[in-house]
Amino acid sequence: MEQVGVQPRILSEAEPTVMLVAAGVVDVGFAQRVKALACTAPLHDLDGRKAQVQSADFTVYQMSELALHTIDAVTLAMDFDTGADPERVVGDVAAQAAQQAPDRPPPEHQKVARWVLENLINVGSADRGFRAVYGLTASDGGYRTYAFDFKLLEEVPGADGEIYLRTTNEAVNVLVGALEVDIESAQIAADLRLETLIRRGRLSDAQAAAQTARYRTIQYGELLRQRLEATGRDVRSVDWLTEMPEFLDEAVGHIEARYKAENAILTNITNIRDTADTADRKRQAAQLVEIVRECLRRHEQLQAAVQLAGRRFRAEQDRQTFTAARAGATLDLHAQLLVPVLELSVVAADLVLATYFVRSTGTVVPPAVRLSDLFCGLITPPTEREMLGGEVIAPDLDVIEPEPPFPDECYELLEELLDLDPEAPRRLSGLLEAARKMHPCLGSLVVIRVLALAAQEIHAAVRHGARDVLMAIDDGTPLEDHEFAGSDLIVARAALIPEAEEGAA
Amino acid sequence: MSTIDTTTDAARLIGYGLRPKLLPTRDEEYRALVARARTDDDFTAVVHAIATGMGLVVLEITDRTGIVVAATEDSPFAIRMTEYARRTSSEGKASERVVHALAHLGAATLAYPRPADLADEVYIGRITTEGVDAFVREACARLADRVDDEHTDTSATEPDLETAWRVYARKARTGSTGDGRKLSTSTIGVTSKALVFLADQGLLVRTSEDRGGTYRTTPRYRAQVREAGAVMFTELLSLGITEVNDGTGTITVGWDTATVNSL
Repeated sequence: MEQVGVQPRILSEAEPTVMLVAAGVVDVGFAQRVKALACTAPLHDLDGRKAQVQSADFTVYQMSELALHTIDAVTLAMDFDTGADPERVVGDVAAQAAQQAPDRPPPEHQKVARWVLENLINVGSADRGFRAVYGLTASDGGYRTYAFDFKLLEEVPGADGEIYLRTTNEAVNVLVGALEVDIESAQIAADLRLETLIRRGRLSDAQAAAQTARYRTIQYGELLRQRLEATGRDVRSVDWLTEMPEFLDEAVGHIEARYKAENAILTNITNIRDTADTADRKRQAAQLVEIVRECLRRHEQLQAAVQLAGRRFRAEQDRQTFTAARAGATLDLHAQLLVPVLELSVVAADLVLATYFVRSTGTVVPPAVRLSDLFCGLITPPTEREMLGGEVIAPDLDVIEPEPPFPDECYELLEELLDLDPEAPRRLSGLLEAARKMHPCLGSLVVIRVLALAAQEIHAAVRHGARDVLMAIDDGTPLEDHEFAGSDLIVARAALIPEAEEGAA
Repeated sequence: MSTIDTTTDAARLIGYGLRPKLLPTRDEEYRALVARARTDDDFTAVVHAIATGMGLVVLEITDRTGIVVAATEDSPFAIRMTEYARRTSSEGKASERVVHALAHLGAATLAYPRPADLADEVYIGRITTEGVDAFVREACARLADRVDDEHTDTSATEPDLETAWRVYARKARTGSTGDGRKLSTSTIGVTSKALVFLADQGLLVRTSEDRGGTYRTTPRYRAQVREAGAVMFTELLSLGITEVNDGTGTITVGWDTATVNSL
């Protein structure tokens, strides 16, 4: 077996793993150390290349420090749901650059920050990542070279369509100084270290250790986020039977342990802060208190997410599994096509995928040109088009006057009829009788007008300073009429006396 | 009706099949031809014969979608990956083509996540550009997890033997170029191109701009994916890399312990 690990893994075979091991893949521990080294290379590389920047003099800046600050800034700003805003990160790092070279102008600090950020993303490369080539001696004595691809900062799409930054696991590992270690065990180690450091009063080291613990929590959150996202897409893509509960248990255990540890630490350092003898120690202790508080906040965030995870799974399961009734199943695209093809080598995958692509994308109709058509098309003069097009004829619109529901003379008669003496109110029945004598339509108009009067409020009239107002009052007397029914309203012109708040009816 | 008339009608029906956005419900003549193909066996046989001669396969003839045809590899109507990749991106290397094709396969897989969905004629899938990318990436991440303990890095001297998932996982997800556009060689850029292309082909319908573009599937897409999947499955079987299951979808997704152990 020449090419270890790049062979298509044959699913029907029982023990491929054994074969891989038997083929003698080399010293994995050594490979890990080489990779760990490789991850720091882009940072050193920045210092190596800063002198070559043509557009500005970057030599005064400590680039690898700025790079670590950048990774710090992204890791800390990266939330449970979104990544870090690149502009904010540039701002943070520019502030650091300003500390390194206070006499340089602020635009240059910005420029340095941007340069560092772009180099950590590796904007220049096609895949926006890094590749390290390393060699290993296999058990058969042969030396082979391998490629290790990694990213430090990754650009991810945000919910708002903007691009955000996230640190990759590799970057977090560079930051904490351990590559590909088990998170949980590193956490325990970090805790122990932190406690010891505080006990011995080495606060600055304790601060570093507390920060390490915080990164671990962020990592847990990131893992949980990824799995919940995958669950949202397809419940079955995440193993909720064994793997996920285990992970959640682990996360809860982590939170629990951290809570205990950090509360203990908090008490401890609060004591130190309050009893410290020098101002410097007091300040350090105060900083540490802040960091630990921040840690606790992060744990709470993680805990809330963990608590919701189960509910989210059940909701997704309901949504995805218990939908429509199942028809007869055919092909399982995921297990039978996607996963196997992903495991193939590029060359084999290319061939297999080509067959899929041809059939799945539909057809293209090749143009068939006859020479005579082409000739006709070419000699036909282009049709002249007027610049402004035809004249637009304004449509001739008739104005239709709405017909008044009552003849004009009725309104004049109504005014006349309702021009009452303030001293002599009249009943609706009397007004109706008089109206019918004056005009056959006037009766209805009087009723409409009087009903409107009954509903009106007099505040408006008072505000406008009117001398009197026409009102209709219901005193409970029923109306005896052959056309209308209801109360026989009293219609009166009430004088408004300026001193009085309310006009008398 | 004479043989020549029948042949002309059959060819006309296939002509409709080459214009995927036309539907029988919108065109009286198309509808009549579809109705004839569904009732007249001789006519259907002629339709199939003409299709075969042109390097096409008739996938289905229904009142809803009309006639659905797929091209075989050597058909003049086929869209070849080599051309597509050249049309949309640089280089045209095998790794480029694989990423493009994976975006297409990922879109189909996310559109029909369960085996039953692919069989269900009325099922409508809903996919987004970012979703498809995340889905393929997730599958890659799972494979990466699985090989964690083994030393399986690609040989630096033989890049062609790099596994497909590594190629995909290595590429940037998204990114902005200096002039403010989104990076077209990123996987989201490639996926976006694939979905826009499928929408142009009348296989998907764009429903909104959310999450890099949201699409729903058409019945035509289902027929096309089913055919393409079956052909690809045969291809994989001949290489001995996939396996037949009972279609229940239980051992399907491959993430449960039993399947992982059996690999």
